[in-house]
Amino acid sequence: MNYFVNEKGYFGDFGGAYIPEMLYPNVEELRTNYLKIIEDEDFQKEFHQLLKDYVGRPSPLYLAKRLSQRYNANIFLKREDLNHTGAHKINNTIGQILLAERLGKKRIIAETGAGQHGVATATVCALRGLECVVYMGEIDIKRQAPNVARMKMLGAKVVPATSGSKTLKDATNEAMRDWINNPIDTHYIIGSVVGPHPYPDMVALFQSIISEETKKQLIEQTGNDQPDYVLACVGGGSNAMGMFYHFINDEQVKLIAVEAAGKGVDSGHSAATTSLGKEGVLHGSRSILMQTEDGQVIEPYSVSAGLDYPGIGPQHAHLFKTLRGEYVSVTDDESLQAGLLLTQLEGIIPAIESAHALAYLEKMKFTGKENVVVCLSGRGDKDMDTYMKYFDL
Amino acid sequence: MNRINKLFQEKKNILSIYYTAGYPNLGDTVAIAEELERSGADLLEIGFPYSDPVADGPIIQASSKTALDGGMTLKLLFEQLKDLRKTVSIPVLLMGYVNPMLQYGVENFCKSCAEVGVDGCIVPDLPMIEYEELYSGAFKENGLTNIFLVTPQTSPERIRKIDGLSNGFIYLLSSSATTGQNLQVSEGTEAYFSRIADLKLNNPTMIGFGISSKETFDKACQYANGAIIGSAFVKNLKADDVAGSVKDFMKTFKS
Repeated sequence: MNYFVNEKGYFGDFGGAYIPEMLYPNVEELRTNYLKIIEDEDFQKEFHQLLKDYVGRPSPLYLAKRLSQRYNANIFLKREDLNHTGAHKINNTIGQILLAERLGKKRIIAETGAGQHGVATATVCALRGLECVVYMGEIDIKRQAPNVARMKMLGAKVVPATSGSKTLKDATNEAMRDWINNPIDTHYIIGSVVGPHPYPDMVALFQSIISEETKKQLIEQTGNDQPDYVLACVGGGSNAMGMFYHFINDEQVKLIAVEAAGKGVDSGHSAATTSLGKEGVLHGSRSILMQTEDGQVIEPYSVSAGLDYPGIGPQHAHLFKTLRGEYVSVTDDESLQAGLLLTQLEGIIPAIESAHALAYLEKMKFTGKENVVVCLSGRGDKDMDTYMKYFDL
Repeated sequence: MNRINKLFQEKKNILSIYYTAGYPNLGDTVAIAEELERSGADLLEIGFPYSDPVADGPIIQASSKTALDGGMTLKLLFEQLKDLRKTVSIPVLLMGYVNPMLQYGVENFCKSCAEVGVDGCIVPDLPMIEYEELYSGAFKENGLTNIFLVTPQTSPERIRKIDGLSNGFIYLLSSSATTGQNLQVSEGTEAYFSRIADLKLNNPTMIGFGISSKETFDKACQYANGAIIGSAFVKNLKADDVAGSVKDFMKTFKS
């Protein structure tokens, strides 16, 4: 079974480039150049240098002893929360900004939900001196004021998306519209493994550093680079794809992707895409998305702005359909409780996104021998408001 | 011969009007078509609304949202168009995004189009290769033409390919832009239009995006077989006087 992209830009039945003609030259330019650029020795050198000196990689793989005791397994946390800017998102923005420079682009656009990808994009634009415009739903701008301020301080222009539901999906639409209107000088840094080919593959390649490091660290710490389980949360799915990437062909490693059930899968307020979705096309690729019978996209809900997306990346859809990955979900309540538990057992406040992955440990049965890696994709600073309200802190 | 080929054989300076099905009121779809034909439109593009119309500017986004909120679906649209051909004789295209069409089922969609007398489709985010490999059969079987878009950035090779797959007309975007902006015929645009003319394509061309007035329409007609008006028309529709607002708008095109 091939779990990776084929020469037509598909992962099994999913992927492709469903884009209006106005975007064709932009996407085609990327498609014909991305592998050449990424595989270039100079690019690799610069990419890895920045990951090391600027992002602070490799991120630690930390054996969480008290959490391990609690769940009766060896639980390792891949500490993406310790990256510069506080999440895995920067791995991708570093890669894409170097790529944009090599394509001669002068202007960068991005979409953001919670603001993590927006901050990571504004950061690399400041670093390289490029103009930066970030689209963000009007509602999210209100919910995530500190990240909006960070982006502005970094020199980015934050443009409110006022169409539709005024959240991540609409910010993505606005970014695509900007790209249509600025086809020559602009590069669109998509923040997840979504969008038209080659984005899902390209973003996965940049995020694959997560599993590449994890394998080396597992050998050092356990003598075996194959854990029993790998867990990650999934909105669009970029941290999960990075965490899964180098384990995908190790068929005995179980891959568990945790979606946001919101107030419950059947509550009408959920973002559990694989449970609620059907095959279709969203934001340029064929995948699984939450939609009405008429093919209109349904607004998702999750307490976590980073998981509040009605689709998943096409490679995830393929892993789901082929049963290579197990796609599950946990609720708002379960993830907030898991966030508190990690904080009190290990002294780490996780992003609510990452807390979704942790919450699923509660539902697993272990014998004490299993090695389990959980991607701690981001830190919880940005979520303090939500935690404070929920736990009455 | 289908209605579209016939139209292009018989007429020059073809005026095509786009509007969103179910806007301003859910039940206006056919009434607008009838009024447009009476008022001198040559070709109609009826948009089936989508929740995430990335190629569209604010006006068509808003009309789509109103239509969807009002309950418009593809299924309902085909019901509304059931008796279209009793009162409307000019060619009609459906325009929309690929996802609603996929959920309806592409073959079913083509059949429904044929049943109600729709002549073809414009689906901006349906990739050429998917159309060619998967769907062109169903389109042909049902006598539908698929209209492709060309932008100033489309390469000559790709335009030739599009010409080969087309049987109707080619939709030239005046600039690489979302809908609803004003046509500025700069030197660059003129060079692009002449470049297209020099290719001596098999299919006629229509210019769209940014055509909002008699003046811009006339300008576009210097370079193509006609032009398409969308946002400007939709913006002008009045919910409480649909027929009147169609008439008034169309009057401005009679010289």
